[in-house]
Amino acid sequence: MIGLPHYLTVAAILFTIGVFGIFVNRKNIIVILMSIELILLAVNINLVAFSAFLHDVTGQIFAMFVLTVAAAEAAVGLAILVTFFRNRGDIAVDDASMMKG
Amino acid sequence: MNLSSALSLALPEVLLAVSALVLVIWGAFLGRTSAIFSGAAVVALLGAAAAAAVGPHGAAFNGAYVADGVAAFAKVAIYIASALAIPLGDRWLGARGDAKFEFPVLIVLTALGMGVMASAGDLISLYVGVELHSLALYVLAAFRRDDAKGSEAGLKYFVLGALSSGLLLYGASLIYGFAGSTKFTDIAVVVSNGADTGVLFGLVFLICGLAFKVSAAPFHMWTPDVYEGAPTPVVGFFAAAPKLAAMVLLARVLQEAFGGAEAQWRQILVIVALLSIFVGAFAGLAQKNLKRLWAYSSIANIGYAVLGLAAGGEAGMQSMLMFLILYMVDVTGFFACLSALNRGGKPMETIEDMAGLVKERPGLALAITAFSLSALGLPPLSGFWAKFYVFKAAIGTGDVVMQTAAVLGLVGSVVAAFYYLRLIKTMWFDGSVGATDKPEPGARLIAFAMALFAFPVVLVALAWIDPIAKTAAAAFGG
Repeated sequence: MIGLPHYLTVAAILFTIGVFGIFVNRKNIIVILMSIELILLAVNINLVAFSAFLHDVTGQIFAMFVLTVAAAEAAVGLAILVTFFRNRGDIAVDDASMMKG
Repeated sequence: MNLSSALSLALPEVLLAVSALVLVIWGAFLGRTSAIFSGAAVVALLGAAAAAAVGPHGAAFNGAYVADGVAAFAKVAIYIASALAIPLGDRWLGARGDAKFEFPVLIVLTALGMGVMASAGDLISLYVGVELHSLALYVLAAFRRDDAKGSEAGLKYFVLGALSSGLLLYGASLIYGFAGSTKFTDIAVVVSNGADTGVLFGLVFLICGLAFKVSAAPFHMWTPDVYEGAPTPVVGFFAAAPKLAAMVLLARVLQEAFGGAEAQWRQILVIVALLSIFVGAFAGLAQKNLKRLWAYSSIANIGYAVLGLAAGGEAGMQSMLMFLILYMVDVTGFFACLSALNRGGKPMETIEDMAGLVKERPGLALAITAFSLSALGLPPLSGFWAKFYVFKAAIGTGDVVMQTAAVLGLVGSVVAAFYYLRLIKTMWFDGSVGATDKPEPGARLIAFAMALFAFPVVLVALAWIDPIAKTAAAAFGG
């Protein structure tokens, strides 16, 4: 029988992979955008699992909001990435280092 | 409560949402920005500020939206600060050939998000408000599309901001799951005798996410880069209003939803506050770029605001509101000075650029001096009163930890004094490095107005703001 702890564990693992994807990855900014999506989807699993467990619909409504905002966030992120690419001709993470100190 | 009375409670936000949509359509047909277009955005923001000031108080949309004294106080300040950013940014961008109609629209959308944050009474409206203001700010940071530094700043801000939203959201999902509701009032019932492990875990994530947004240490690493790369008037905007919105939101979450767990979150806040104060003071010592320097200064100053919040109760809340209002004036004025100053068409952004400024532009040099001394906390300038309220609240708790934190905070502000005084010394006693361009009159006017507020108007204004902040704080948390 799959219970609430199983869902929470999967979500926690996905969340951790997402956070590590942002900090450990040194190659490509697209991978960072994917990691952000992973974090948001981990949260959605949490919300829907809790919603089913509590017999309360609020969690599912929250998940809908998260999905919508995630789409807007990806659009803004990609737009900024495109301007960055136009200025640099590259999207390697190590290149984003004009400013330091 | 029926829909029309709910909408009348949320009138400032409804007004801003409608005007943002109208402005987008209007701008799309106009194809460029104009004085009337920006003026309409300013009028919408000032109208929303007026609506927030005189509007009715209460809770709407099943508790998801709260209009109370604190929300009204914060919104008036936020909307006026946003309205100031529009002429400042328009002129600055116009001088660089980057004036676009999107700028006022984005400022209005940011203000809308901040208004929702100040009024959030539910984890869902909290999240939507935070995201609405963040998404608009990411675009504003990268507003100059052809500027390599600007797009790098926007990208860094986006990545770290999205990560912080993720942390905040993960915390919100845990709180929902373990407390059984997203409403602050329902959560307050569950945690009335302290939070259990699951809820506390969620609360820590939530505090981390919001600490990112206010750039409190140890979540401050994005701040210097974003401040350096983003357009100067935009930096002046997002160093001021969003901080107030996020701090009010944090205060509301902690006091209204987690009031029962005060002993648990106070420790976290004291650590965050002291780390911010010391990171801001020591890392600022090594900075040569003024925007980076002021980024570290803002990290240190947020530390004092968090310290005020950690003091808790009515006095703590009032000290946080007073501190942020007075700090907003300083930071807006300082960045207005920076926007006004150019040499040979290039912005003057390093400390060396300011050498001998007093011989070139005595008025602006005096204004920068006033803002620096105020940020340093020298009496009788506004920054002194800001810190005075915070220290008074922290010592008034009678808690040894809070009193020690207040003493350490005082030490931190002595360390930070070094970089403010170095800037003043460079402006007043070093040789001039050449004539500056004629300052932009609008930015200069705003800078002078803010400098006059920092001293001496603040002495009169305090008598007026103090009771307002007190009643606002009293309406809060119960």
